[in-house]
Order: sequence, then structure tokens, then C-alpha cells
Amino acid sequence: MGAAARFILRRKGGKGWHWTDIVTWVWLIGGLIIMFGPAMWLAFSSFKTPAALNEFPPSILPYVTSQATVQGYDKPLQLFEAKMPDGTTKVLAEVRRIGLVAQMVDPTTPGEIIKVNMNDRTPVRSVSFATENYTEPFTQFDFLRYLWNSVFVTVVATLITLIVNSMAAFALSKYEFTGRNLAMFVILATLMVPLSVIMVPLYSIISTLGMFNSLWGVILPTVATPTGVFILRQYMLTIPDELIDAARMDKASEWQIYWRIVLPLTAPALAVLAIFSVVWRWNDFLWPLIVLSRRELYTLQVGLSIYSGELNVQWHFILAMTVVTMIPVVLVFIFLQRFITTGIAGTGLK
Amino acid sequence: MGEIKLTDVNKSYGSVHVLKDINLHIKDGEFVVFVGPSGCGKSTLLRTIAGLEKITAGEIQIDRKRVNETSAADRGLAMVFQSYALYPHMSVRQNLAFGLENSSMPKAEITERIGEAARMLEIDQYLDRRPGQLSGGQRQRVAIGRAIVRRPTAFLLDEPLSNLDAELRVSTRAEIAALHTRIGSTMIYVTHDQVEAMTLAHRIVVMRAGKIEQVGTPLDLYNEPANRFVAGFIGAPHMNFLKAEVAAVELGTVTLTIGGGHKLLVPLSGHKLKVGDKVTVGIRPQHITLAADPGSLTVKTRLVEALGSETVIHADLHGEKLLAVVQGQKQIGSGDEVHFSVAGAPLHLFDENGLRVKSA
Repeated sequence: MGAAARFILRRKGGKGWHWTDIVTWVWLIGGLIIMFGPAMWLAFSSFKTPAALNEFPPSILPYVTSQATVQGYDKPLQLFEAKMPDGTTKVLAEVRRIGLVAQMVDPTTPGEIIKVNMNDRTPVRSVSFATENYTEPFTQFDFLRYLWNSVFVTVVATLITLIVNSMAAFALSKYEFTGRNLAMFVILATLMVPLSVIMVPLYSIISTLGMFNSLWGVILPTVATPTGVFILRQYMLTIPDELIDAARMDKASEWQIYWRIVLPLTAPALAVLAIFSVVWRWNDFLWPLIVLSRRELYTLQVGLSIYSGELNVQWHFILAMTVVTMIPVVLVFIFLQRFITTGIAGTGLK
Repeated sequence: MGEIKLTDVNKSYGSVHVLKDINLHIKDGEFVVFVGPSGCGKSTLLRTIAGLEKITAGEIQIDRKRVNETSAADRGLAMVFQSYALYPHMSVRQNLAFGLENSSMPKAEITERIGEAARMLEIDQYLDRRPGQLSGGQRQRVAIGRAIVRRPTAFLLDEPLSNLDAELRVSTRAEIAALHTRIGSTMIYVTHDQVEAMTLAHRIVVMRAGKIEQVGTPLDLYNEPANRFVAGFIGAPHMNFLKAEVAAVELGTVTLTIGGGHKLLVPLSGHKLKVGDKVTVGIRPQHITLAADPGSLTVKTRLVEALGSETVIHADLHGEKLLAVVQGQKQIGSGDEVHFSVAGAPLHLFDENGLRVKSA
């Protein structure tokens, strides 16, 4: 056993199992299933055919029932493994079902109909990935257009968010002025107002400013976030004031103090906010849906909703495209997660 | 030139009055040390000179120009902070260059000045390191270097040695003194350590509770403290203070009675003391000697600290504490009875308000 295995399998009570070991394992495995299970299901389901998606009971792996073209029948027939009265099993193709009895044929001897009880047959299935769920949207659906819109909104909004919020945080943490705490309080108070409450006034503002049906209308309304100001301000409070005094003595302008001293030192908190902002923007659905009504402006999340029509929902496409839209966010997390942990620990924010 | 003149400087934070009527004239090239207990306003005074704090009333002049309204950047001063305040994300070189770049100095000159300062402070080997990779002493040098490259009219140093260990503090103190001799600029140095003040200063400014208590050369303050506070603050260990009463006033001498009925003769003339006045007499521990004669001050020792070259005796004189530092090693134990002599020792007399009773 390697060092890794020893590390993973070590137990509190030395040799025996202490009850805390059991609780730990149950907790961790339970957590893994709860957190990771849905993501796995989504990923596997995205490779299922529409028929397999509607199957009950559902399966995790994408199975496809095998079919065979049998002489004398126009359509391909589904293959089943049937238990014969003599106890042997045979692979048969199903012609039709009447009540509890299935009429089947042996593909090698197509002329002869065999009647089998429904409960005595099981479908012949094999794991098969329906990659057309992924390839088809790229040709039919304007995926690249939506991807570009989403990337544009996410990147531009995140940059503006970082700049605007860090400026506010700088003023609120490093300048003494009357009403400073009140300003901070008011900003934090807006956390209590959900988007759905201000949606209508926000919409009329955007529409008056002529930003309806424009990506800027999606970007601008939420660039200033109380969470961002709060995270950055708390972090900036930890930057010693002597550094700023030193910069003032060094003839630095207030802008230079912000840009060359405070911003670089706030990098860990900025990384946290950048991650949050990317995730928020990328996953944002409701606001872009309201502001954007022209197809070529849709972001990915809005574009995906095209697949759920009034009459039918093309789940296989939705699932596949959801997986694709998840990838950037997952990548951001994988590469920047150390900033999240250190940054959140540093800002004292949970 | 680096002449700094403070006239009636006052500073308050809301209702808290932290600087009260500060008047001070610092001459060009002078090394002035502000000293006082923590919270006495010495750092605030330095920051008002730097321009980092606005004063509430009064006037600050640098080279005869009023600078009350001038920003910190334009006063031509450089400051070394207690925490060094080096920019942690910049290399030592960038730290030194930052202030020069901001005054849009040509690159060649910046490089030259950094090279010169680095050689002077022996920090050339770590110009490309970050402050986090330096030891405390090295950071201290970089902080001083950052001030030197600016070639300021005056240096302001805010407790620059307080974060160094004792040994390094002594050597850096000597280096700062050497640096001052070499550069010759005005330096204002804030500390709460009176040893630093005594060793470095041309003139010491003793502050307490936002007021200047006394300004003078180190030996002036040591020999003729203006009041009880200065007397107690300057000199280590602290001066002994004994309650006394004037027993007799003659021409040129005052006789005092201290605890236990001992008589002390103080040469003093031109004073207004009368028989029966309550005064405080101050005796420096170093001025007390051991006597064999039982007629002198007889005290009971509480603690004897043998330091090798000298012996510190904590003693009790009729309920009053008395500390003596005597040269050499003595065979005295705690609880022993010994005889002290103050014959020939300079005695400092303070009246009921704590002010020095001056000899005319």
C-alpha cells in the first residue's frame, strides 16, 4: 500500500474502528453522493437518446436497446432475451405486444411467431453514448453565437464589477468622511432587496436608456454588488494605513495609491469576487431573458431555453448543452479554488 | 535647507485635544528627538509635520514657507515608518524607485540614486527581493533607503528601531547617527526609548499629554530637568524622588529633612523657599554611594541585582523606595541593612507643582 492509501485508510483508534471513523466515512460518502451525484447524472444523461431519457425506471448509464432488421418486417425490431418454456434463453425480436403476451420472432427463422409472456423477456441493452446530442446543436442551434454573447457578458461584466466595487471599497475603507458607515450600511441593506422586486423599475430604466435588446443592458444593472463591495472593503481594511501614508509621502496621487498599492494587495479578494462574478454572470438567466428578445443576442442560458418549447421539451439537447455551459464555470473553480479558500478565510466571509 | 518652525500648533480629534500649543524651532541639519510616554502625541506631532495630519490651529513653516495647506507629497520630506511600510508586492528596487518615478525623474537618475543608496546602506545584494524575503534589519535599511533616495529637506523617523531586537537596535542606532553625520540633513526622530534619545539627539523634545515639557540637549535634560516628569523620564534607572521639608534656609544652602529625620544640605541660592515648605528631592541612582559611616542614610535592602560591573540595590527608606546603582560587585544580600551616602551628589529640588527649584 502506498502512502496515499495509508493516509486515506488511517483510523482514529489505531487498529479497530472508532465510531468517529464510521461517522466520518458515512458523512463523506453521503456528501459525495449528494454533491456529485446530480452532476454525474446530468453528465451521463446528456448522452442518452430521447427514448432512453423517458425510460422508467431510470438508469444512470446511457443504455440503448439493441435492434435488428428482420426479413419480412419494414421497421427494425427491438431485441429481447426471452426465457423459453424449456428453460433455455434465446435472443428474439419483438413484433408486437398483445396484453401480457409478446409476439416475437427469431431473427434466424423470421417466419415463425413465438409467443412469450412479458415477464419472461428482458431487453438486450448496451451502453452507447448519443454524441449527436452534442454535435447537432452546434450545427442547428447557433451555439457559437450564444457562447460568444455569454463570454462577452461574463468577461466585461466581471471586469467592470471588479473596478467599480474595488473603487467603492477603497473609499469606504481608506478615507475618513462623514457618513462613511451610513454609506456602507445602505450598500449592505440592498442585499435585502431581491432582483424580482426591482425587476420592473430596472426594466423601465434600461428601456428608457435605450439599452433594451443590448448586451450592455444585461451587463450594467448589476455590476455594483453589495457582496463585492463588502468582500473587498473587509479585505482592504487589513491593509495597513501606514502603507498608504508611505505612498502619500512618495508623491503618489490618490489614483496611484489605489491602482499601484491597494489593488495589487487586494488580489486575493479580487480573485474571490472574480470567481463569484463569473459564476453569477454565466449562470444568470432571468435578467438576460427579460432584456434580450432578439435571438442573435441570447446568452447561452437563454438560448438553452429554446429547447423547452410549449409542446415538447428536447431534454437530450438541454442536458447536453447544460454540460457544455457548465464547463467554463467548473474550469474557473478548478484553477481558482485555492483563491476562494484563502480569500474567504481572509475576508472572514462565509 | 531643512529648517522647520512650529508656531502654536494645536491638533484635536473632535473633543480630544492631542497637541497643545506646540512651539518649536528646528534648525537646519539638526538631529531632534521627540520623546515621551506612549500616547503623549509625539507621533501625531511628527505626522502633522509630515502633512499626513492637518493641524487645527497654528502654523508650520519649512524653510520659512508656510506649509499648512501643502500636501504631504509636496513638503519635500521623507518618512521612515515604525512598521517600515514597504510595499509588499514590489521588489526592493521598485520600493526605492516608487517615489522617484512619481516625481517623473529620468530613469538614469533613478538608477543612479538607487545604486548610491544601496551601496551606502549595503543592501545592493537584495535589490531584487521582495520585502517579505528580508529580515527585520534589512527591511529597516530599505525603509531608510527609500527616504534617502528622495534627498529630502528633512527626514522624519517614527520609532524606526522599535521592531528590531536589542542587539540590532544598538548597531542600527549607531548607523543612523553615522548616516546623519554623512548626509547632514535635518532629522526628526520619534521614540519612547530615552536611551535612543540620549545617544542620537542634538536636542531632545520631551513631551507629555500633548505638551512640550522641555527642549534641550541630552546633558541639559539630564543635569537640569525642568520638572519632575522630565527628571523621571530621562536617565535609567529612574531618578529617586523623596519627600522633603525645608528645615533651614541659609545663604547659599537649604537644609532639608527627609524621611527618618535625615538632613540633606543642598547648595541653592536665589530661590523663594521658606522653612516648612514641602518639596521633592531627586537623586539619581548612580549618584548614591555606599558608606561605612552609620551616620548617613541607613536603609534596608529589598532586592540586590548583581550585574557584574555594577550592583543595583533596591532599598526601603522609611517607606519610600530608593534605588542605588553602585560600581563593582558588593557582598550585600536582600534584607541587609546598608548605609548610603549622597555627599557631593547633585540633588534636584522640585516644588509642590513639580517644577524645578532653580538656582539663580
